[in-house]
Amino acid sequence: MTLTSIRTRAETPAATRASAAKVYTPYSGWFYLPSAIIYGVLFIVPTFASLYFSLTRWSLFESKFIGLENFKLFFSEPQLVKGFTNTLIFAVVTSGSKVVLGLLLAVLLTSQIVARGYLRSVVFFPVLVSTIGVGITFTVLMNPDHGLINGGLSALGIDGPGWLTDPKYALLSVAAVDIWKGVGLATLIYIAGIVSIPREYLEAARVDGASSWETFRRIVLPLSRPATVTVIILSLIGGLRSFELIWAMTRGGPGFTSDVIASVIYKQYQAGFYGLSTAGNVVLFIAVTAIVLPLSYFLNRKEVDL
Amino acid sequence: MTIRPPSTALALIGLLALTACSAGSLGSSDSGGDGKVSISYLIGNQDQDVKTAEQLVKDFSAKNPDITIKTETRPAGTEGDNIVKTRLSTGDMPDVFNYNTGSLFQAIAPQKNLVPLSDQGYIGDLDENFKKTVTADGQVYGVPVGGFMGGAVLYNIPIYTRLGLKPPATWAEFMANSAKIKAAGIPPVIQTYGETWTSQLFVLGDFHNVAAVEPDFADKYTKNQAKYATSPAALKGFEHTEAVHDAGYENKDFASAKLPDGLRMLAQGKGAQYPILSGVVANMVATYPDAAKNVGLFALPGDDASKNGLTVWTPGANYIPKTTTGAKLDAAKKFLAFIASPDGCKSQTAAGAPTGPYAVKGCDLPADVPQAIKDMQPYLDKQGASSLALEFVSPVKGPSLEQITVEVGSGIRKAKDGAARYDEDVKKQAQQLGLAGW
Repeated sequence: MTLTSIRTRAETPAATRASAAKVYTPYSGWFYLPSAIIYGVLFIVPTFASLYFSLTRWSLFESKFIGLENFKLFFSEPQLVKGFTNTLIFAVVTSGSKVVLGLLLAVLLTSQIVARGYLRSVVFFPVLVSTIGVGITFTVLMNPDHGLINGGLSALGIDGPGWLTDPKYALLSVAAVDIWKGVGLATLIYIAGIVSIPREYLEAARVDGASSWETFRRIVLPLSRPATVTVIILSLIGGLRSFELIWAMTRGGPGFTSDVIASVIYKQYQAGFYGLSTAGNVVLFIAVTAIVLPLSYFLNRKEVDL
Repeated sequence: MTIRPPSTALALIGLLALTACSAGSLGSSDSGGDGKVSISYLIGNQDQDVKTAEQLVKDFSAKNPDITIKTETRPAGTEGDNIVKTRLSTGDMPDVFNYNTGSLFQAIAPQKNLVPLSDQGYIGDLDENFKKTVTADGQVYGVPVGGFMGGAVLYNIPIYTRLGLKPPATWAEFMANSAKIKAAGIPPVIQTYGETWTSQLFVLGDFHNVAAVEPDFADKYTKNQAKYATSPAALKGFEHTEAVHDAGYENKDFASAKLPDGLRMLAQGKGAQYPILSGVVANMVATYPDAAKNVGLFALPGDDASKNGLTVWTPGANYIPKTTTGAKLDAAKKFLAFIASPDGCKSQTAAGAPTGPYAVKGCDLPADVPQAIKDMQPYLDKQGASSLALEFVSPVKGPSLEQITVEVGSGIRKAKDGAARYDEDVKKQAQQLGLAGW
């Protein structure tokens, strides 16, 4: 067995190269099988099944093939158009704010300040809390009549709005809570990016007489670009498929004013339109890919090496 | 070497099969040969549902010591719908389960999933209206739990007496009453959009008035020939929702208040009128005992006082899935027979104030029912003064009505626009059910 394999290997150089990698693998190829099965059963099969079911009218008891009808219905749904714009607004607002706030906080938390470690943990803390818990807490805090936020504002003589019940503010209020919850992670990534900038650059800048604004503008900002790209991509994907927080806080309401794609999909599922909601998931998948892939390509192309 | 991979795969598949099976076979081990049977019973997790179910089980077991019934709960609302559908489609449904009647009942494919009960002796004792809402292809599938409910306006009697008002029979009178109540410094109409389902009553509860003007509306509606936006009578419900908002008659915190807030306002006289289902009365009376005599009920007013009447919701029902067989099936049928008897009604009355008349012949309401429930009786006694809600006479009901009525009642959307939006919404449901003409 071994002899023959050596001979075959010697015969074709391409095969030699291909199997050369195998020679150094400490495990037999069969070891991939369990994970391949798990991956196949839990990921590949459902993915293709959902592609199929998105083309059917499916009541859980029976499914009827109807071609692209679901997609047509989904795109003619006034809710969806609203959901789509809301999703974009939500994703851009949250990821933009996380970039700006995350960077500012990271600069602050990498400088020599009192209680730095404590402040870092304070900023990171909301990331650890359950999203639903955060949502319910803020729903109570933002209650227009009995909430702590408007209570505090009225003590200052300001008549606070109905944060979650006024259609003008509902989506942005949820976005604000999402930023509060997610900015810790952005800060963490930025801190990692900033501390990895070689000290020599900063020292050289100081020797050349650069002010701290110039140091930030010309050294910290361009050199933390990989961190910026990571934060943008991660928070954009998170924002595009955000669901839990919106569901916990407004359920897409009042009416449909804070609906996002994910909540529209969930409502179709709740209503028992399983094929339609599966089609929505396919649309969401394609939309996220269509936005994030080119963006990631574009951002990474301009990345500079340290 | 050649044997290992298949065995791994087999082991994995075996494991998967094992985990898949175990949930389904829960509770099937105890139907032994000693005549003792144990069945499981799935109910909604609302307080009153649980209380009723436990009382029924207790009274039934007392008479049938050989049968034990274990209750399981599921969430209410659309989440519960999905659990019911999933458990039915995977053959994992408990031996008896409680679920809605009418359009939601049609959506669980009764012919395919449920045991027909038409051959049972008590079927003749069931109310005709109720029977229609649990019938598919000429077979009856469910027995009623709970009483009929009215979709109506609950009002605070002391406020009405103080201001010298009487229950209105027309919309104009309703608005005139509301104006007087507002002038007295009380919010005239309680709305609680923090719990969106409560926003639909002006539309759904108005159906008797629609049917009075257009008797064939439900039929045409099912066939896609009548629409909310284009039928003047049906559009009224949306217009009323809008009118109440535009007149400033809602309580100040209508956007965030929830059902318990609404019931508190009504019971304590902090609000005068609350369009809601009479099903909430039991809860209200349990929390505020005085409400039993201080809160009354009138049907949603329409244009014509002589045609005014009550829109009625039929009770939910208990069903047996096809997966229940043998001794368990017999036990389940006995349980349903008990529920559909006067003894079953007594048991339900013991568990909480009835929401309205029972759907079983020979079941009388106790003398001490809350005033609001008593107020329903004249409508039901008079010929033509009550109609089943649209969702029981047509399988078409859109899932987004509650969001749309919240928008209309909050001034985000105009009535006509909301009605048109709802017409769009029901299309999906009709197509899902495969109805002709959609």
